[in-house]
Amino acid sequence: MLAIQIASFDPHSSQAVRLVQFSIFIYTICAAVLLLVTGLVSYAVIRFRGRPGQPDPTPGYGRVKLEIAWTLGPFILVIVIFVFTFRTAQAVDPPAPASPDLVIVAHQWWWEVRYPRAGFTTANEIHIPIGKDLAFRIESADVIHDFWVPQLARKMDAIPGHPSNIWIEANRIGTYLGACSEFCGAEHGWMRFRVIVDSQVDYDAWEKQQARLAADPSPGLPAEGFRLFHEETCVRCHTVDGTEAKGDVGPDLTHVASRQRIAAELLANTPENMTRWMTDPQAIKPGCHMPNMQFTGDQVKAVVAYLEELR
Amino acid sequence: MSDMTLGRLPMPLGAETADKHHLLSWLTSVDHKQIGVMYLAATLGFFAVGGIEALLMRIQLAWPGLKVLSPDAYNQIFTMHGTTMIFLVVVPMLLGFATYLSPLMIGASDMAFPRLNALSFWLLLFGGFLLYFSFFAGGAPNAGWFSYAPLSEKPYSSQPGTDYWALALLAIGVGTIAAGLNLIVTIITLRTPGLTIRRLPLFVWMVLINSFLILVALPPLNASLVMLLVDRQLSAHFFTTLGGGSPILWQHYFWSFGHPEVYIMVLPAFGMISEIIPVFSRQPIFGYAFVAVSTAAIAFLSTAVWAHHMFAVGLGHSWDLAFGASSMLIAVPTGVKVFNWTATMWGGAIRFTTSMKFAIAFLITFTIGGLTGVAFAAFPVDWQLTDTYFVVAHMHYVLFGGTVFAVFAGVYYWFPKMSGRMLSEQLGRVHFWLTFIGFNLTFLIQHVLGLAGMPRRVYTYPNFLSWGIMNLISTLGAFLLGISVLVFLVNLYVSLRGGSTAGDNPWEAWTLEWATTSPPPLQNFERVPPVRSARPLWDLAHPEEADWKCHPR
Repeated sequence: MLAIQIASFDPHSSQAVRLVQFSIFIYTICAAVLLLVTGLVSYAVIRFRGRPGQPDPTPGYGRVKLEIAWTLGPFILVIVIFVFTFRTAQAVDPPAPASPDLVIVAHQWWWEVRYPRAGFTTANEIHIPIGKDLAFRIESADVIHDFWVPQLARKMDAIPGHPSNIWIEANRIGTYLGACSEFCGAEHGWMRFRVIVDSQVDYDAWEKQQARLAADPSPGLPAEGFRLFHEETCVRCHTVDGTEAKGDVGPDLTHVASRQRIAAELLANTPENMTRWMTDPQAIKPGCHMPNMQFTGDQVKAVVAYLEELR
Repeated sequence: MSDMTLGRLPMPLGAETADKHHLLSWLTSVDHKQIGVMYLAATLGFFAVGGIEALLMRIQLAWPGLKVLSPDAYNQIFTMHGTTMIFLVVVPMLLGFATYLSPLMIGASDMAFPRLNALSFWLLLFGGFLLYFSFFAGGAPNAGWFSYAPLSEKPYSSQPGTDYWALALLAIGVGTIAAGLNLIVTIITLRTPGLTIRRLPLFVWMVLINSFLILVALPPLNASLVMLLVDRQLSAHFFTTLGGGSPILWQHYFWSFGHPEVYIMVLPAFGMISEIIPVFSRQPIFGYAFVAVSTAAIAFLSTAVWAHHMFAVGLGHSWDLAFGASSMLIAVPTGVKVFNWTATMWGGAIRFTTSMKFAIAFLITFTIGGLTGVAFAAFPVDWQLTDTYFVVAHMHYVLFGGTVFAVFAGVYYWFPKMSGRMLSEQLGRVHFWLTFIGFNLTFLIQHVLGLAGMPRRVYTYPNFLSWGIMNLISTLGAFLLGISVLVFLVNLYVSLRGGSTAGDNPWEAWTLEWATTSPPPLQNFERVPPVRSARPLWDLAHPEEADWKCHPR
């Protein structure tokens, strides 16, 4: 991917399209003003270069009419920009509904994704159907974060005690990368996520699968992993629906194996990477709240075998 | 006309006899020139430290996934870079120029309160030491120069770094307020007879307005620092949701200081440009009144724009519209200045000294920073780009391409007055071009990085080839910029040792500081020339075309 992909200029939701149109309008005005100033300065610099020994020119002290002109000109421009700002804001960011379609809760350094209508929770990967205008509520469980998917929506801070709302109506199937956009501590750099826009059919299938409770582990290694998971305090921080694991410090793991990435986009979700992660999370994501569980190699294998069944 | 009487104050005991080159004479000095030079020397030192921190950050970001700095080390370094550059470099550097030049430019012999002046400087220096001591006391602050609550609160920052940050900023802030007060009293009461407010050099005009802005902006910061300390040390909850506090309150407090602060960091630089461009264009400033009054307009508006730092908070459209409008309006008086400076060159006979080159480059680079600022005020743009590298680019175009370029122009312009020697123009040419190219190489591409989706304050980023290449370019530019600073330091050293003698008025300038020797004597003036216009030395040299005849005011 050598071509520079300018996410902010490649919108795939009705809201982002409006944002880009408005932004390009503003950048064009800025570029025109810059061109004007650069032109005037360049002309003055070339044309009025002093020669050695040249006497000082007769003093000029200013011309009030000109100055009034270049006070009023920018003033009018500002009014024009303000009117378009107002209209764009109204279109992109309408008032919030009483109950949102999705609730995003930002944590240090991952994203909890709740689907209140279907009644399940996932993490770091947000599936939405194409063509539906969806209301997202943005909340925070600890410090201030910011929810930003440049190709789909405006950014919105996640502030403790101050929920906010945004709208997304995606218009193309695909995967769109997002990132926390407010400094939030050690692993701010790896507080990333993705939004996957599905066809309605695919979305419905995904929703049905996510709403299921976790299946019981197979006998053998997965069952051993299940036992470790419950005995070695994993359950204090993680939830697996249908079991006793009800913690909400770390991501919901009910269907963790169905996700594409782990550790908020840091690694591809493969058994090898999951093994590395379970062995020493602090080596991979220094400062994150997942401790090194001091598992032996066999214990890691068992837990990974269990997690891989959580599809 | 009794020009001599008002400009003089009785000097504090001991100052008359002090040997200028003796270390003790510096440490105990209450002379505004020595204190001004100490301000500049200290800020140059901090500038070097903050620059090294910037290079460390650029090394870590040069390519995706590097592990030069740990996440926590990176967060400490970027917090210290921002805090250093804002509180220990840009503001005090401008205060240093103001302290050195204001009394000279108004024909006074010192500041109104010389001892308070010394206190301001020493509070700055020891505030700086206190801040840096945190490295040895359990870790530097790591919550950003803005220390957003609740990240800066005890549960999320248990190390003492944030406490050092707050205490150091309190010390520096008290010193800055004292300096602002001192400058106001000096400029209002110690002007030489004839130097009415409408004949004040524009630099002094802007220092005066800037000082009022300091009095408006710094106390809210000090108050909120105390509140943060009470939260952290006494378990109060001004800024935590537990017990009814609000993290958004911190943002309101901090930015009600923080945005006037941006203009505190730029108005005196505007003043320097307003002195330098006329002298090297050999023309009086185009539209003195517009340039002066537009400064007051900027200062006034700057107190009512703070929530434009909070467009992503979700305060609601009424807030966003009000603060968007006030922020856009600042473009009008700022635009007036840029047009007036350009018009000053128009019809002139421009002398391309290093100082003038920096001033001309300032016109372009500052305009870029100003225009992206207008784009952010149109807040749907901000909704996309705030807290991305686009902002990093924007604010460096304002503070580096604006203020620092103006300060370099000012150093080349006033160094001869301060030292009695000229800075080398050969080295100056190298310094200018390396700075100009290095600066644009570093920061222009960061606009694109922001548009491509790279958030700021991240210690690393995903393995995207295009992001890696753009970051690498930025890092190369930063090192070029580092080299340019070395060239500047060499120039300072070489010129102090063996630069050509400056004489009283090497640039054929027109304001009062050029009417005395270089460097000026302890009492500044043997005799202050009569002031009948904004350009007294022009009037002396051109009695037939004197300003007070052609353009009385």
